[in-house]
Amino acid sequence: MKIHEYQAKELMGAYGIPVPSGTLALTADEAYEAAKNIGPCVIKAQIHSGGRGKGGGVKFAKTPEEAREIAEKMIGMTLVTKQTGAEGKVVHKVLVTEANDIKKEYYLSVTVDNANACLVIIGSGEGGTEIEEVSEKHPELIVTEKVSVYQGYHAYNGYEVARKMGIPAALTKDFVKILGNMVRMMMDKDCSLIEINPLVETADGKLLALDAKVNFDDSGLVRHPELEELRDIDEEDPKEYKASLYDLNYISLFGNIGCLVNGAGLAMATMDTINKFGGSPANFLDLGGSTTEDKVAAALEILMTDPHVEVIMINIFGGIVKCDLIASGIVSACGKLGLKVPMIVRLEGTNVDAGKKILAESGLNIIPAKDLADAAHKAVEAAKGGAK
Amino acid sequence: MSILVDKNTKVIVQGITGGQGRFHTEQMLAYGTNIVAGVTPGKAGQEVCGVPVFDTVKAAKEATGANASILYVPPKFAADSIFEAIDAEIPFVVCITEHIPVLDMAKVKNYMVGKSTVLLGGNCPGIISPGKCKMGIMPGYICKEGHVGVVSRSGTLTYEAINQLSVRGIGQSTAVGIGGDPIKGLSHVDVLKMFNEDPDTYAVVMIGEIGGSGEEEAAEYIREHMDKPVVAFIAGQSAPPGKRMGHAGAIISGGKGTAAGKIAALESVGVSVAPTPDLIGEYLVEAVKKAGIYEKCLTE
Repeated sequence: MKIHEYQAKELMGAYGIPVPSGTLALTADEAYEAAKNIGPCVIKAQIHSGGRGKGGGVKFAKTPEEAREIAEKMIGMTLVTKQTGAEGKVVHKVLVTEANDIKKEYYLSVTVDNANACLVIIGSGEGGTEIEEVSEKHPELIVTEKVSVYQGYHAYNGYEVARKMGIPAALTKDFVKILGNMVRMMMDKDCSLIEINPLVETADGKLLALDAKVNFDDSGLVRHPELEELRDIDEEDPKEYKASLYDLNYISLFGNIGCLVNGAGLAMATMDTINKFGGSPANFLDLGGSTTEDKVAAALEILMTDPHVEVIMINIFGGIVKCDLIASGIVSACGKLGLKVPMIVRLEGTNVDAGKKILAESGLNIIPAKDLADAAHKAVEAAKGGAK
Repeated sequence: MSILVDKNTKVIVQGITGGQGRFHTEQMLAYGTNIVAGVTPGKAGQEVCGVPVFDTVKAAKEATGANASILYVPPKFAADSIFEAIDAEIPFVVCITEHIPVLDMAKVKNYMVGKSTVLLGGNCPGIISPGKCKMGIMPGYICKEGHVGVVSRSGTLTYEAINQLSVRGIGQSTAVGIGGDPIKGLSHVDVLKMFNEDPDTYAVVMIGEIGGSGEEEAAEYIREHMDKPVVAFIAGQSAPPGKRMGHAGAIISGGKGTAAGKIAALESVGVSVAPTPDLIGEYLVEAVKKAGIYEKCLTE
């Protein structure tokens, strides 16, 4: 799960990580009021994406009037960054934050090192830019330090990173403390990433997290019900959000063949096959192992109400998932919404005969397929026909 | 022969009194798996499908001599249950549970160092040695006893592969689902190694997917050590970067973990990689014919 910068900063502040003071504003007037208290300030668009500055989502304001003017334009605008894709994201709120005189910018993050089953601190004296770029062009400027999930963080971890990053001696103690707090927050809240880019040294000699990005491990959220309120559904694809309410793994793509599959691997392989045969999938959809008739119907509803979907392809290899249950879900969704596009169904596995019987007796105009390749061919053909 | 599980495997089901545990215990018993005990704290003395329930894994092991355990435990408690099985010195543990917090698995992985337990999963379909033992959730009837090993990160895609082998008369020695999580027990390399050392396995089907570096490491192992034919399929060739494809581990980030990279690594060491999943069976047949072992791989 991703959260906004202002939420990340609040959480970091609570963990003793120094963040600039700031106020969230939903309207231009609120931005004006906030700027009156703060003085010269920076207005930052709050969307779940990096690269906001280049897209025009970060602006400096000298006066409250200027802050209002900037916020007026920013709130409601569609911000396109290299992470949002061409369609961009609508800005609903801005963060009004104090402007600081910056002496130097650093990069600092903590994430999970899957291969070594530990945490890893990543730091660089080259802050402000994207770390991927730095690591590509100047790998020697990237500092990493592993932290055991058992023993946790030790001060020496911090001193090592500080030394290699070239943190000034006067700031090292504070730096070591900041890193310790980042690791503590990581473990406490099941984060998958805490990134400060840039961490700045101010002109008056203090360290400050000027920007903040925090992601959480979705599987860890069950332990942290308090984090649920940080979720902003405005930032999520409405179809993906709806799917998540039914525990469906769904990802929007750009094609016109809607896919419904059980199992993530088979769902990916189904997309691959459609592509190889010259078609284009509209989505990735994995029903998951503990599916019900209702979930199948909900999944189909998402596909059937998607204007981009011109063909539906269902590919089921039932193990735990029973084919008759899938068939009943199909019949129920079609009964409710009407089957308006060609639907290709491949059923295999547990209770396959019962499933096929339910579909045959439903009178629905379903195109049966004998295996995955047959289904993909028929779906691609149908999609071509629809495009004519 | 087979790897990891066979007729001598005596299984404990952890979480046997839950809905999933109960259902799959019934299924595994029907397949012929020797389930000797169940464990649910506080439920000692009960029975599920005729299997006695104990409070702890140690109690179950002492009473029955179990040498393997399978977990159907909710994600919040799954790591605890794995720790318990490790401390009870159960040689082989299968964790079916999906959505275990990553930091929990990191702790488990660290704890296992130097211990005797071998872990499969989490978030996996389990393992089956056809005709001998099924510890998992896969449909047993699609499998045939035979000589081809299957190792995969995915569940249903594994069924697809097994089915394609079985309908061509090619049985399996063991099929292993290693699971879709970023931090897990057995890796592709671990399982390939076991298949390489198993005299009854003549060839291997390996199914990978985007994310992580397990397939690249497998390619490295194959180049150095593997002396049996391997065919592969990599799922996620059309997946966009930055999107997690259902499995927590299946994500392309920072240009790493792409299907193209994995396919290139495998092809460079002589593995034939099926371009689409419907061709896995055919590719295996071709590979064993080329190696001159097609007849040996056929199951009567």
